[in-house]
Amino acid sequence: MDCLIAMKIDHEENSLYNQQILQYIHRAAEKGLYDIRGLGAKRKVPSFDDLVFLTASSSRYPLEGYREKCLTQTLLGTRHAKKPVSLKIPITIAGMSFGSLSANVKEAIGRAATKIGTSTTTGDGGMTPEERASSKTLVYQCLPSRYGFNPDDMRQADAIEIVLGQGAKPGGGGMLLGLKVSPRVAKMRTLPEGIDQRSACRHPDWVGPDDLTIKINELREITDWQIPIYVKLGATRVTDDVKLAVKAGADVIVLDGMQGGTAATQQVFIEHAGIPTLPALRQAIEALDEMNVLGEVQLIISGGIRTGADVAKALAMGADAVSIGQAVLMALGCNSEFYFDGQQTINVEEEYRKLGTAPGYCHHCETGLCPVGVTTQLPDLEKRLQPDWGERRLRNYLQTLNMELTTLARACGKSNVHHLEREDLVALTVESAAMAKVPLAGTDWIPGAKEV
Amino acid sequence: MERVDLNQMSVRQLNHYLHHELPKKGVNQLEIANPNGFHNIAVGLDIPVKIDIRGHAGYFLGGMNKQAKLIVHGNVGWSVAENIMSGQVWVKGFASQCAGASGHGGLLFIEGSSSSRCGISMKGCDIVVGEDVGHMSAFMAQAGHLVICGNAGAGLGDSIYEAIIYIRGKIHSLGSDAQEEPMRQEDYEKVKNLLNQTDINYSPKEFKRIASARKLYQWNTDANQEY
Repeated sequence: MDCLIAMKIDHEENSLYNQQILQYIHRAAEKGLYDIRGLGAKRKVPSFDDLVFLTASSSRYPLEGYREKCLTQTLLGTRHAKKPVSLKIPITIAGMSFGSLSANVKEAIGRAATKIGTSTTTGDGGMTPEERASSKTLVYQCLPSRYGFNPDDMRQADAIEIVLGQGAKPGGGGMLLGLKVSPRVAKMRTLPEGIDQRSACRHPDWVGPDDLTIKINELREITDWQIPIYVKLGATRVTDDVKLAVKAGADVIVLDGMQGGTAATQQVFIEHAGIPTLPALRQAIEALDEMNVLGEVQLIISGGIRTGADVAKALAMGADAVSIGQAVLMALGCNSEFYFDGQQTINVEEEYRKLGTAPGYCHHCETGLCPVGVTTQLPDLEKRLQPDWGERRLRNYLQTLNMELTTLARACGKSNVHHLEREDLVALTVESAAMAKVPLAGTDWIPGAKEV
Repeated sequence: MERVDLNQMSVRQLNHYLHHELPKKGVNQLEIANPNGFHNIAVGLDIPVKIDIRGHAGYFLGGMNKQAKLIVHGNVGWSVAENIMSGQVWVKGFASQCAGASGHGGLLFIEGSSSSRCGISMKGCDIVVGEDVGHMSAFMAQAGHLVICGNAGAGLGDSIYEAIIYIRGKIHSLGSDAQEEPMRQEDYEKVKNLLNQTDINYSPKEFKRIASARKLYQWNTDANQEY
């Protein structure tokens, strides 16, 4: 009996120093260096999964799913630009750099987005001819590093996105470790090949919102006020940041919650900085409302958007569009146990094992050794993702999201996905009810809401 | 010489004129009167024209310039010639912060002093400063040359990559990974060549060379505060 009690005590996990923390401490003690990895936060936070729709019944009338149209057309950048961005669906592709991704992947993304009628976005490292040629609507990022940034590419763009922050690392700059700084990447970024490249987190030519106003105007002047200027924010002090971006003259706010991904940054950033997408979205909408620019300044929300339900909930909360990054890579095979070589599927579980991981758990984009050829610059690996196959996969995925979105919208009685509203939603948890400011299901209680 | 007056037109009208109407007219010399410290004057040009700006200008003068030669007969605000691609921007007076930020090519010449972060993130342009530069100049400078005829503030060349700094005066302090190196024959020639493009007559022999020690090129855990 004494022996059995002793055995149980021996295996009792310490909640403070659990296996994960012990592994972290042991690793830090061995390496003297923090962990750098890709993708986004793995911790569970309140999300769109905690909301459900109150679809139609007797008090609301649904649209006939197979007969009645539900519009998805989306217009972005109507505030100042002569040529706003017009998309067939409200699901855009987030900025991901050539460097973190291969040229094949960028091409596949561009082709799929063009076929489905949405926009793609460049990333740190500039615009490649492949992505310009393959993307009908391309957003050109203006990042702190300014790698490859030039007026000729800017004038070829359909919108400009000034990046102030990213959900995975708000307040921090990215990293591109040496194996991914290939000759082509190095040339585009004006850097020596193979160095561990650090991206700046502050823009080199302006500081603060007053300067940003002038910077936005400079970009407008250079592009003759033709194309919209987006401002991308990592979600932290959302209310103030959104208001300042609006005051600075942004046409579109892109807000990236903490579940947003990255090619590589410090784990401590990914898991411990920024706020989840759900409360960030609500705060942003309230800020736009307080500035009286709802409908004039559009909002794109990103950070953990995976399904058509996520898109529908984001739109119901008030977003004009969503942006997806990690899920795009997953549609292209990220974390899959196989890749397709044009004729057959090839199992690569052994290669995941060499990275110390397995399909479904991999976040080693930073290594450049992606077993399925998505986040790599190595020619042998890059070949594993062929643009034709990638285009088809991503197109299917985007189409599925859009079908799910319209299915839910019709069921809520909406003939346009942009007519979804917060009143269509309830929350399943007290936390999500408080963050989204929608009632807890089965009640009319919104925790923290002021009584009218 | 063609003349436009910013008391008579807006900066937006001016830039539209410079982008679209000037190239059609074949004008190769222009004067801008009354810049009045306005921001974003003559940004995004891509035409071989010489433009004299008669007075002080605000932020981003000559931003992203290609081909044009801009001469400012006065002082300029932040980020003059930011992201310059080619051509020349010549400031007769002083420049505020971030002069020549992320410039890819061309020449920026400031006769007076330039404030902090001069040449930040420069990517291949050349910058000549007739007098002093402020702190953190050439921060993360990737390529090109920064010639400083006077003194430099703290943190000169912090986290510098392959850009080269030539300095004639005193350095308050060098930034992380920047080091003084012996001048080579090609350095003397480079300084001489760049000064010849200005109206400065110092001897290249008076300059020191500052470049990257390249100790931060690969992740270095013993330099954890230097990143």
